[in-house]
Amino acid sequence: MSILINENTKIIVQGFTGKIGSFHAQEMIDYGSNVVGGVTPGKGGSTHLGLPVFNTVKDAVKETDAEASILFVPPSYAADSAMEAADAGIKVCVAITDGIPSHDMIKVKRYMRRYAKSEKMTMIGPNCAGIISPGKSMLGIMPGHIYKKGNVGIVGRSGTLGYEAASQMKELDIGVSTSVGIGGDPINGSSFRDVLARFEEDPDTDIILMIGEIGGPQEVDAGKFAKENMKKPVVAYIAGLTAPKGRVMGHAGAIVSAYGESAVEKVELLKESGVTISKNPSVIGDTIKSVLEGQL
Amino acid sequence: MDIHEYQAKKILSDFGIGVPRGGIAYSPENAEYKAKEIGGSRWVVKAQVHSGARGKAGGIIVCNDALEVARAADKLLGKKLVTDQTGPSGKIINRVYIEEASDIERELYLGLVFDRGSECIMVVASTEGGMSVEEISNKKPETIIRSKIEAAVGIQEFQAREIAFNLGIETGLISRTAEVIEGCYRAFSELDATMVEVNPLVITRDKHVLALDCKMSFDNNALFRRNDVSELRDKSQENPSEVYASDRGLNYVGLEGNIGNIINGAGLAMASMDMIKSAGGEPANFLDIGGGATPEKIVKAFKLVSSDEKVKVILVNIFAGINRCDWVAEGIVQALQTIKIDMPLVIRLAGTNVEKGNKILKESNINYIEAHSLKEAASKAVEALKKIEVK
Repeated sequence: MSILINENTKIIVQGFTGKIGSFHAQEMIDYGSNVVGGVTPGKGGSTHLGLPVFNTVKDAVKETDAEASILFVPPSYAADSAMEAADAGIKVCVAITDGIPSHDMIKVKRYMRRYAKSEKMTMIGPNCAGIISPGKSMLGIMPGHIYKKGNVGIVGRSGTLGYEAASQMKELDIGVSTSVGIGGDPINGSSFRDVLARFEEDPDTDIILMIGEIGGPQEVDAGKFAKENMKKPVVAYIAGLTAPKGRVMGHAGAIVSAYGESAVEKVELLKESGVTISKNPSVIGDTIKSVLEGQL
Repeated sequence: MDIHEYQAKKILSDFGIGVPRGGIAYSPENAEYKAKEIGGSRWVVKAQVHSGARGKAGGIIVCNDALEVARAADKLLGKKLVTDQTGPSGKIINRVYIEEASDIERELYLGLVFDRGSECIMVVASTEGGMSVEEISNKKPETIIRSKIEAAVGIQEFQAREIAFNLGIETGLISRTAEVIEGCYRAFSELDATMVEVNPLVITRDKHVLALDCKMSFDNNALFRRNDVSELRDKSQENPSEVYASDRGLNYVGLEGNIGNIINGAGLAMASMDMIKSAGGEPANFLDIGGGATPEKIVKAFKLVSSDEKVKVILVNIFAGINRCDWVAEGIVQALQTIKIDMPLVIRLAGTNVEKGNKILKESNINYIEAHSLKEAASKAVEALKKIEVK
């Protein structure tokens, strides 16, 4: 098992025929992901990368039974594409797009509330690297070869910092069940807590690495959730100890604006919840190793 | 994106909110003329800079005749105002706002922000206007009123009324105050704002509800559809290096240390800064050149970081995924042919084709210190810095 995606997950690409969409669709296909087609309004009926192109997500789902989608749509249209996916019955939608207005994301989340829980789409991102279940499927833009298959679940905001962690782990021969990038925006589709809950249910995940950063309440909420609802150990690293207050650090959501949002405060609050802290980014792999060994 | 007080007040006024009469001035003569035009016998001359806490810093001057207004304008214009929020270098005052003085009976706080926890828009109000919201939550937390607004349906009249009653507004002014709260909400949601703060919102002795000061920030990601807001940008209020960076698609934040950073990805950039600190150094900047790390961006990044006089050592940390290390290394070599860096340079590459990348760097004639891990990169940068300091 793994969470969100596996080797059977049928994937469509929204924004399929664009330059970025084409490039990453090919990367996913090469990794072995089960990509079954794509959507570009106005290009329905044609073939791209040897796969069918559809005008609407509904058409694509009807013809291919796709369950997952990935968005490579420009920021001004991305919210619309996400809602289209939700309405067409897509179950997991990864939004890679960086730069979606916060007001649009609030609209998307409100829109998705119309669906019953069983029919509701899980949105991952935006502004993220996507999802990978190593050896099974990649629904994202990460370099697939740096992930070894294994029993550690990763959830983080950042792309390259997630790669750093995965490669530290690979060097120590530690593998990953699924890695999920929830993105750096202030309003996102799934929170740390949402993803932790899935890892807790996944029989192939024994321990979870959470890579957080300054800004917002999600890391601390996830810590509380872990304390109250989880049996599996959680290891966390919080980036941004040196970030000044009130400044946006690259990610739109990486800004300290209230108590509990700085790295120091988050680390303290997570420790109180029993989360093991990796004290700096160079020992993420080592910290996981020692928790894994303590567990054995 | 931040805007000036006078711009924010124009917006509030367009949304039906009362503001004191005022006008903008660019010279002492201009200020004197404006004061006479506004009329009355007392004025406030306010430095227009992107910062709060201007009063404490001497940026707000009360005047009792038009000549005093001219003198106050003369004192402020062209100077840099240093407040608690601007950092030691301060911000240039290019214009002053001349406003009729108000006869204040009560000062209230009113703010609107995104609440990231509930993913709603939150109205925050307090009876203790004039203090910063941090100060209020430290000293008088019991006075803070919070109300969550569901963005899909917007603010309801009862919610605005409730806030007004909870602020202890007298009955005759309840609907006027509620209109102010609703107006702020509409400005927030219709203009893609991320913050609207009226502090203080005042009740005057002659029973008017006025926004005496106002700050607004907007979502940079939404500027593509907000031309009227984009036009309000004042680059003179931003750090020149940050303007240079943002115009070139780089994410840069200037800091106080002396180890310059060039990193791809915001999370890895923050982590590398943390690592520098943990190795005993101080980062001079945050710089995310984006996941791509193209040669063009690397050249721009070197120019930007090396132009900072504080920088004594440069640390490059690139995790190449899809863009292989060999390609990134070629970009670095190319960049160093166009731009001369005469300080220690630590380079750490990781990810796809890292051996090939390091080989390209080694075989080029660039002078650099090779590092293989995040930790090694940070400690070598700090070491290099110490060597310089000994000299």
